[in-house]
Amino acid sequence: MSAPFRDQAIHALQDEQLRENFRGAMDFLQGKRKAVFSDTIELENLRQQGHQIKAEALANLPELLEQLDSQCSKNGIQVHWAETPEQACEIIHGIIEQNNGKLAVKGKSMVSEEIGLNHYLEARGIECLESDMGEYIVQLAQETPSHIIMPAIHKSKSQIATLFNATIPDTPYTENVDELIGTGRRILREKFQKADIGISGVNFAVAETGTLCLVENEGNGRMCTTVPPVHIAITGIEKVIPRLSDLPPLLSLLTRSATGQLITTYFNLISSPRKPDEKDGPEAVHLVLLDNGRSRMYQHPELRETLRCIRCGACMNHCPVYTRIGGHAYGTVYPGPIGQVVMPQINGLDQQGEMTEGCSLNGACGEVCPVEIPLPDLIRKLREERVQPQPAESPVNGAGSHRTRVEATAWRFWRWVYQHPELYRIVTWWATRLGSMLPNRLGPWTRTRVKPVIARQSLHEIMRERSNQPD
Amino acid sequence: MNALSDTPPEFEQTKTQKPDRVYFFGTCLIDLFYPDAGLSAIQLIEREGVNVIFPQAQSCCGQPPYNSGYREEAIQVAKVQMDALHESIPVVVPSGSCAGMMKFHYPELFKNHLRAKQAQAFSERIIEWSAFLHRVLQIKLEDLGQPTRVALHTSCSARREMGVTEDGLALLRQLQQVDLAEPERASECCGFGGTFSVKQPEIAASMAADKCNAIKQTGAEMLVSGDCGCLMNLEGTLKKSAEYSSAHTIDSTHLAQFIWQRVSK
Repeated sequence: MSAPFRDQAIHALQDEQLRENFRGAMDFLQGKRKAVFSDTIELENLRQQGHQIKAEALANLPELLEQLDSQCSKNGIQVHWAETPEQACEIIHGIIEQNNGKLAVKGKSMVSEEIGLNHYLEARGIECLESDMGEYIVQLAQETPSHIIMPAIHKSKSQIATLFNATIPDTPYTENVDELIGTGRRILREKFQKADIGISGVNFAVAETGTLCLVENEGNGRMCTTVPPVHIAITGIEKVIPRLSDLPPLLSLLTRSATGQLITTYFNLISSPRKPDEKDGPEAVHLVLLDNGRSRMYQHPELRETLRCIRCGACMNHCPVYTRIGGHAYGTVYPGPIGQVVMPQINGLDQQGEMTEGCSLNGACGEVCPVEIPLPDLIRKLREERVQPQPAESPVNGAGSHRTRVEATAWRFWRWVYQHPELYRIVTWWATRLGSMLPNRLGPWTRTRVKPVIARQSLHEIMRERSNQPD
Repeated sequence: MNALSDTPPEFEQTKTQKPDRVYFFGTCLIDLFYPDAGLSAIQLIEREGVNVIFPQAQSCCGQPPYNSGYREEAIQVAKVQMDALHESIPVVVPSGSCAGMMKFHYPELFKNHLRAKQAQAFSERIIEWSAFLHRVLQIKLEDLGQPTRVALHTSCSARREMGVTEDGLALLRQLQQVDLAEPERASECCGFGGTFSVKQPEIAASMAADKCNAIKQTGAEMLVSGDCGCLMNLEGTLKKSAEYSSAHTIDSTHLAQFIWQRVSK
């Protein structure tokens, strides 16, 4: 049975340049993370701390969100609530219209990808320029991010050189990285000066103080949030944390897990619009809090753990499947292990349940997750929800949608054999006698492997004979 | 899941307690495809003066339906194993994957079930074969074989759930004539993943091919693994690629069978 995920994966596997790009990048990132977490005891303590902070935040999510709302409002940040992507887009468009905005510059935000903001605004005559270098490259190429931290990681230096040469006027072909970055910087600088609106994501939203935190390396985020007169931040509701003192451990986990950095070049704490005595900063700051299926995730006792994610991308960097097929093969906003957990819950198992099969349950993602999300367990849980016999009892969208009579019957038959020792004995007796008659071609297995050889005597039989022998 | 430590604390306690008798859980793959590996594993335990009980009613740990989302089927088959291995003695499992299923997933599988307590107690008796030999029996091996170069592949469950990579390596290091090779990216999945290799054959094949290339590059003559799933995947891939080239072929076998052959000539 072929499916979109599998088709796209096959396509990606055939692209040798792509595989080489990902392999190199993931090896590099794995090495960086390993080096920066050389003290395994410290790492374990920090992971536990991160887990606890996010678990506490989730346990009190409704209260913390109310607190965040009231603290932000007190600080002069205008808070908006959006249940769906459409609502979020409408809210943002409304704010831009009120300010007669024509050009928006954007810092990196996966949530804005999630709601399809660029297309929504462009269709309404508003230019929306990505200012993160990776996002800028992806936007120029009219693609989507292939990684949540490093959006253009699927591209090699020479591919970017070709892209710049072809799409930016008066740009000679060069593989000199400094020159390439210089080109991007020159164009972005002009846009920062002209922009009416700055749009950004949020890494952590502190309920205690009403502070929005933004982690970045390029300084473009700070440009977006200070230069234009209006700043709109958008985030999923799961990004709220209780206290300012929770920031240092989470920040450390985030940067070290994501890029192997102890700290990033910039860490922005935004707590209000420009005050009368301040020299820079926007005149208005808006915060859009997006649900988009998150409160549904919240209802499931196990899948709720999905919401602990701090979007570091470490699970992708360590996933052997992601390493081989890259982010685009998933065909979703969030790829890799966390994508396999998030996307089917947002868009429904009927729409995106297939991607849960793109996992060998090897556990590498769970091993590196900085907040200890049991990703393999959640992927397995979603597979279970997908083939649920009683979908009405599940809070997961699209539960039971992939249950087929053929597969369910096959597993029932399997159980029947393995449940009854006498039956199992008969089946294995015949298998060991007739195993050599199996054809050499056994579906996809033997395309790249020789067929496995069934033994002439099962271990059961050997042990039976052995126990019958007198000592 | 004990992610980073290679020595789960629960095994530390059992280190010095050598039991008189143990159960042996043969696993469904060993039963049909690698019975000699199972027999070797049993004989190595017996040589240390421990009685091995092999209940005929055992079949499969139930991992295939569990990982595919068929919980009820997994529960029914898991019950049969708990009943077949009911006495309060250790259950030795020659597979990190099946051991991980029984040790870490049975408690989850039965958590709202009448058998919750039984599953918990059962899980505490599970020990992976190489860990049993190394930590509990503290076996001493005398190598009678010819010099050879060997690569060990540890399954993801053995590595990440059971934390037994070190045990396998320690056993191999005891063999004086065996030169251990470490393939590049040793901790990466071989692409078997049970039904994964059937449902995503292309991705699985690319993972297996990379793994086999890394093993070949070590110059190893032999690949050993404590898990028959990975073994079947890698062995099949190595043999298929050997069909196209006459160069340097690599044999493969279960760790138990390899050790048994080295010490019992």
